[in-house]
Amino acid sequence: MASSSSFLSRPPLSKASISFSSSLSSGSLPQLFLPSSSSYSPFPSNNSARRILTVRSKIREIFMPALSSTMTEGKIVSWVKSEGDRLSKGESVVVVESDKADMDVETFYDGILAAIVVPEGESAPVGAPIGLLAETEEEIAEARAKAASKSPPSTPKAVTPSPPPPISSPAPAIAQPPPSPAKPVSDGPMKIVATPFAKKLAKQHKVDIDSVVGTGPFGRITPADVEAAAGITPSKSIGTNAGSKIAEPVPSKPASPVTTPPPIPGSTVVPFTTMQAAVSKNMVDSLSVPTFRVGYPVTTDALDALYEKVKPKGVTMTALLAKAAAMALVQHPVVNATCKEGKSFAYNSRINIAVAVAIDGGLITPVLQDADKLDLYLLSEKWKELLKKTRAKQLQPNEYNSGTFTLSNLGMFGVDRFDAILPPGQGAIMAVGASKPTVVADADGFFSVKSKMLVNVTADHRIVYGADLAAFLRTFAKIVENPESLTL
Amino acid sequence: MQSSLSISVSPHTSLTVQRSNRNALEPLAFAPPSKPLNLRFCGLTREALGFSSLRRNSDSFRFRLSSSARVRRADKFFVSASLSDNGSPPKTFDYDLLIVGAGVGGHGAALHAVEKGLKTAIVEGDVVGGTCVNRGCVPSKALLAVSGRMRELQNDHHLRALGLQVSAAGYDRQGVADHANNLASKIRNNLTNSMKALGVDILTGFGTILGPQKVKVGSDKVVTAKDIIIATGSVPFVPKGIEVDGKTVITSDHALKLESVPDWIAIVGSGYIGLEFSDVYTALGSEVTFIEALDQLMPGFDPEIGKLAQRVLINPRKIDYHTGVFATKITPAKDGKPVTIELIDAKTKEPKDTLEVDAALIATGRAPFTHGLGLENINVATQRGFVPVDERMRVMDSNGNLVPHLYCIGDANGKMMLAHAASAQGISVVEQVTGRDHVLNHLSIPAACFTHPEISMVGLTEPQAREKAEKEGFEISIAKTSFKANTKALAENEGEGLAKLIYRPDNGEILGVHIFGLHAADLIHEASNAIALGTRIQDIKLAVHAHPTLSEVLDELFKSAKVKAHVSGPVSEPIAV
Repeated sequence: MASSSSFLSRPPLSKASISFSSSLSSGSLPQLFLPSSSSYSPFPSNNSARRILTVRSKIREIFMPALSSTMTEGKIVSWVKSEGDRLSKGESVVVVESDKADMDVETFYDGILAAIVVPEGESAPVGAPIGLLAETEEEIAEARAKAASKSPPSTPKAVTPSPPPPISSPAPAIAQPPPSPAKPVSDGPMKIVATPFAKKLAKQHKVDIDSVVGTGPFGRITPADVEAAAGITPSKSIGTNAGSKIAEPVPSKPASPVTTPPPIPGSTVVPFTTMQAAVSKNMVDSLSVPTFRVGYPVTTDALDALYEKVKPKGVTMTALLAKAAAMALVQHPVVNATCKEGKSFAYNSRINIAVAVAIDGGLITPVLQDADKLDLYLLSEKWKELLKKTRAKQLQPNEYNSGTFTLSNLGMFGVDRFDAILPPGQGAIMAVGASKPTVVADADGFFSVKSKMLVNVTADHRIVYGADLAAFLRTFAKIVENPESLTL
Repeated sequence: MQSSLSISVSPHTSLTVQRSNRNALEPLAFAPPSKPLNLRFCGLTREALGFSSLRRNSDSFRFRLSSSARVRRADKFFVSASLSDNGSPPKTFDYDLLIVGAGVGGHGAALHAVEKGLKTAIVEGDVVGGTCVNRGCVPSKALLAVSGRMRELQNDHHLRALGLQVSAAGYDRQGVADHANNLASKIRNNLTNSMKALGVDILTGFGTILGPQKVKVGSDKVVTAKDIIIATGSVPFVPKGIEVDGKTVITSDHALKLESVPDWIAIVGSGYIGLEFSDVYTALGSEVTFIEALDQLMPGFDPEIGKLAQRVLINPRKIDYHTGVFATKITPAKDGKPVTIELIDAKTKEPKDTLEVDAALIATGRAPFTHGLGLENINVATQRGFVPVDERMRVMDSNGNLVPHLYCIGDANGKMMLAHAASAQGISVVEQVTGRDHVLNHLSIPAACFTHPEISMVGLTEPQAREKAEKEGFEISIAKTSFKANTKALAENEGEGLAKLIYRPDNGEILGVHIFGLHAADLIHEASNAIALGTRIQDIKLAVHAHPTLSEVLDELFKSAKVKAHVSGPVSEPIAV
């Protein structure tokens, strides 16, 4: 069988590579013989030196290799060599089955296969010893003794960190009497019932299934229960926030150490909706972007006057601000750019203004595409249409994730200034506060009262620098203060 | 042929006969000889119908001419004649050929019989089409068509790789169920019409064999025929201890109606029925637990294909499994309790586990439907319900002697429980009763499992081939190609797949071909035809395939085989080793 199964480990015939090949650093076959910790030799690669310095025999452990990025454990399909066989570097020793394929695994060192720790058909976690390699025949006996102490082969369970104490958050939203929830399992001994996918998820996220409280029918553990225990958002998230790529949930860090304080009795736990989950994910993702903020006061008397004039024609303040921002962006393309993987600027060919909208239980950013090109009236109409779709939850993905710059306005609530979080994939976001009458002194020292609003822009400092933002804001302020150009 | 001159002579059936005769004449007069509606269903293959189709069509044309002439004569001279029936084999017959069971096997036999000029009737106690059309391959293909699309639409990663954006996919259960049901009734009508158009009499009622060449249809009607084919098919096999309620513990019969999509369903048996249903259910959002008595999932498939299939069809999906266990007791959900399944170890017989699920699908295979067929009247003893037959589908009685004029095809004989195999067997029988000896090569019959991607196979598996090679003393070799190297598969972003060829390097004989990958079920026929026609690898590897197509996977496969013999003659003889 080894010969047949090795087929899959051949380098793929075309460039559409089997995924494991990309995760390997070198060589067409994985080479897995790592010097074991039992080696006392300070010069493991230098034979002559080793001979002189050897205090103890040199027995190398053969580890379960990681054949793919997602592999957590492997199954021994067959040992190509048997105990006592002499191996030379580069020879196939064992066929390992990962979650993706069977692969021949070859030796890195010459030696004698002294002992097989994990027999054919059994599994071992990545990195666990599966066999022992002795350098000389004299060492075989010692290796065997060592192997004996190792068996029974460590099962994957032994390796997983000890499960978190079963304080797992009780999920039912109904008020519950103190921690130990009476599980509504049918009569008979307390039996853990978990669905197939729940078990899979538990294994994947290293959640001890015994510690999860089932909330499904008949008290069974559902995938959502495991996800809650692992502290991850449901895998089926539909992207809702601007510009973000919908990525699979990050293969969650082992969830255990997140010791959530025990819930206050009577508290309710409401799982995220998909939209909330997507927002949450985007917000966490935003932490990886170095941002900075620049504020700027803008006089709005002229804008307010214009607004009064065009309001009857259906123009909204949102459209005015979006148009103003878009016109400023035309002159400062860097603020409309995207940082690509921290390596390059991507100048967006279009100016798409995403506008944050609060909707029941969430936040979404409908996008005014080509806001620089459309005139104010078209833009207003477009905006009304987007709002209608938002309410009906009929926005198409490109209508909420194609933004290149975001506008967030809390002015109508009386907020005078605030600070927005930059959505992943965009260069900047503008937070607009309320316009308030303010006493100002002009150049000649005369006081007057003008309406001023504070605009605060958060930007990705990898591509947008302070001067860029300052210049952009000055342009923006000029446009708002002389808003005639908006109606052109 | 001449001996088959026959017409009903009992007065009360003569009317029927005349009607059917007229029907039989019509296609003759107005239709070209190729008219017999060659409907394709259930993968019923032309391969079975048409080796040398041209020549045979003209033959059959002639046959029909002569038979119609005979019929007219018979009408004139014998219509008033009567025969007092006294239990012995009748000397004249109502029909040349009577087929009990109008499933795919019976239908295939009937069509071919008409083509051969036989006066044919088919008996059906239920609905035309049998299992395949009503409760098997046909409606399941409708469900699988839905599941395939759901899978595509749900696979964000795959869609994004193609540059597509689709918002959440959903389905309407009733709409899906209706699609399956509509498809079944459409195919059923096609089948019925094709037989009516050709003048096959459809007799309604259960058929019981009364004695040699005599069958009772329904409660009173007795029909005689020169040759009789039993084609009664099979029903889902339900092991002891399993209580089927049709709602939460179901068989494929119920599952195909898709009356519910449970959150969690256990599927007992991981053969192709179970596998196809797991594909449907997981695509529609269910989680699945397989229960398999053998140590490995997907027994019956080539082990290597099975392993790859498990990696693609089982492991990444919401499926877990228990192998090496029997489900001894399955209790439907009631009184607010879920379905419970008691498992015992298949070897030690000790209780192992109890599962609680929302539903259980029993897919442990199929049992022949031969009870009440009256086989005891002709001294035939079934074996586990199967009708014993020889390689020519001739029925054998309990002493091992052939029962003259009685044949059994399809699931009822258990040789190869596939719709198209039944049909091929039926055609083989018709060939024999019309004077041409024919033995069907079952190793050339392909089989397919319509998961996403599909699995298909023809001939021997690798272990079977190795065993045969050991016994007969020849070498075998294996060749493999990957779908990853195929342009069309990559264009579809479906590079997952493998084609495997088992062959004799000494003479280039194809022993088996196994395919797992996109459209595998359609790809297998090049190999099955090659086996049926005895084409050797060294010849077929010179055949040309359009580029870029999936068929190039097989092209590559044949080309990668290393055959020692260079070119074979038109008739290739096995070379003694």
